[in-house]
Amino acid sequence: MEKRVTFSRWTIGILFAVPQLLLIFTFFYWPAGQAVYWSLTLQQPWGGGNIWVGLDNFRSILSSADYWNSITASLVFAGISTGLAMFIALVLAALTDRQLTGSRFYRVVLIWPYGIAAPALALAFRFILAPEAGFLAVVNRMWPGIWDPGLDGADAMASIIAAFSWKYVGYNFIFFLAAFQAIPRSLIEAAAMDGSGVIRRFWDIQFPLITPTIFFLLVINITESFQDSFGIVDIMTSGGPANATNLMVYKIYSDGFKGLDYSGAAAQSIILMLLIIVLTIFQFRFIERRVHYR
Amino acid sequence: MASITIRDAKKSYAKMQVVHGVDLEIASGEFVVILGPSGCGKSTLLRMIAGLEEISGGEIAIDGTVVNKLEPRERGCAMVFQNYALYPHMSVAQNIGYSLKVAGVPAAERTQRIQAVARTLELEHLLDRKPMALSGGQRQRVAMGRAMIREPKVFLFDEPLSNLDAKLRVQMRSEIRKLHRRLNATSVFVTHDQVEAMTLADRLVVMNGGRVEQVGTPAEIYSRPATRFVATFVGAPAMNILEGTVELDGLSLLGGSRRLAMARAGLPVGTKVAMGIRPEAVRLVAPGTAGALKATVDLVEELGAGRVIYVDLDGAPFSVMTSEAVHPEPGSAVGLKILPEDMHFFSSETGGRLDVFKVSVPEPAL
Repeated sequence: MEKRVTFSRWTIGILFAVPQLLLIFTFFYWPAGQAVYWSLTLQQPWGGGNIWVGLDNFRSILSSADYWNSITASLVFAGISTGLAMFIALVLAALTDRQLTGSRFYRVVLIWPYGIAAPALALAFRFILAPEAGFLAVVNRMWPGIWDPGLDGADAMASIIAAFSWKYVGYNFIFFLAAFQAIPRSLIEAAAMDGSGVIRRFWDIQFPLITPTIFFLLVINITESFQDSFGIVDIMTSGGPANATNLMVYKIYSDGFKGLDYSGAAAQSIILMLLIIVLTIFQFRFIERRVHYR
Repeated sequence: MASITIRDAKKSYAKMQVVHGVDLEIASGEFVVILGPSGCGKSTLLRMIAGLEEISGGEIAIDGTVVNKLEPRERGCAMVFQNYALYPHMSVAQNIGYSLKVAGVPAAERTQRIQAVARTLELEHLLDRKPMALSGGQRQRVAMGRAMIREPKVFLFDEPLSNLDAKLRVQMRSEIRKLHRRLNATSVFVTHDQVEAMTLADRLVVMNGGRVEQVGTPAEIYSRPATRFVATFVGAPAMNILEGTVELDGLSLLGGSRRLAMARAGLPVGTKVAMGIRPEAVRLVAPGTAGALKATVDLVEELGAGRVIYVDLDGAPFSVMTSEAVHPEPGSAVGLKILPEDMHFFSSETGGRLDVFKVSVPEPAL
């Protein structure tokens, strides 16, 4: 039986909930509602009221090649950076789990990247990946011009993926390590007695048992790669070169606050929100089925 | 089927040594139970045989092959774990068949063998279930099945019954015994439960503090405990111990209030010894009977088939187990009759058994 604290008067419960409700309303429902309203109107840059235009904003966005390019870039970014961040973290955690001495040290060291603000991290990576003087400048010395995120769109994309993945490897690692350590040691030993080697044990026993964590991280990583990428893009590439890294979240900002197209930006943020919702629903519908809960 | 030879096996972690040089020879097909209190190193020893713990010193050989450096899977042992360690994401059939799958046995043969094992363990109707949907006893049987299906040379049991309730434990105990009789595979069974140990073992190994105290058949261990530890650990209620000192013409017990006349058999005067008497070896007689010890009743514990009577013997606690229908009142006086052949003597210094007294004593005048 689960024990719960219950309040005899419902008003007390409401009072406790009010601060949280107030916060959610102020910082989510209100702005989201405003965005919906703006996306259906044409906002005048110098003030003077809104003109109702229905779905015109959406029509113009969805017929723009630039916008589709931005969606593609966002999906590529989300796919690769999530895959990379999760894969590296999984390998690190699996190795750490096997040899536990110093795991507390890893845990502390690896959570730090997640604590660094995205712009600060992006600045560091900008220096590291600078084609003329960074660490990667070495490859340019051997094969001149092979690496230049300022000119080559693919290089630019690789740069922001590297920066973002680096940040999330630490975050994912913590969860993976905790998940590995929650698996009873005797299960691994039983598998060893059953004749299963290290790799086989990983795939047959450990991997299925951490699927709840993998699923959780997948949802978080994909969502964050659509949202948390802003600071990195802004500092490292500003969406360039030639819109190659103009991710949806960055395009909202540049169209809205630089291009002063508030209505278009509002419509884009609605689309981004819907996209994330759809992706999350998809993951829950189709991927969660393969998750083993204990 | 295989014999196991353990030579001076040692195990130490960073600073602590938990197994101090164990020597043990287990014959092919034998059922050996390792008994000891928690922390005595019995599970560690078992895990060293299994290959789950590294061997810090000495040698363990299975069928004449030293296995110190071999992986668990290369040793041909199967193990049943205390918490069953069933794979929670696999069905019962997958759990039982996992080792075959790893070994690359074709699916058809696998199914057939799983069926056969399930039939022996009466698990056939549960094959599609997940471990979560099973009761404790069923999980236990699945764990057994997982060990059986490999037809291993050696079965290792790490307190497999301690998570079951009392009734199921008795049932599983006899099932394990029957199974062993049929498969006749060498088995090593670790437990802290002496009833389990006595009933299952061909041979019993009593361990304490990382050392083997005694190896023998359950009857030997009970009737001739080699050390004071074995004497008090095996048997319930525990053996009574009375401290004494060797004197010129006998033994002074209980700080001098009682004397036992007998030859001192070469022990120097002043040697401290401990005399042990099993509660069930003591006979209750009327107080004042010749040759009987006088004691005061403290407490009577009714067991149904018998009763344990706790008495006060000149300030020392002493227990008597009887199946007679006597119900002495607490506070009343009783006489205790003890036969010389029921007395065990141990050195107070080393705890080792002293057999020197017994032979030379005709009748103790208590």
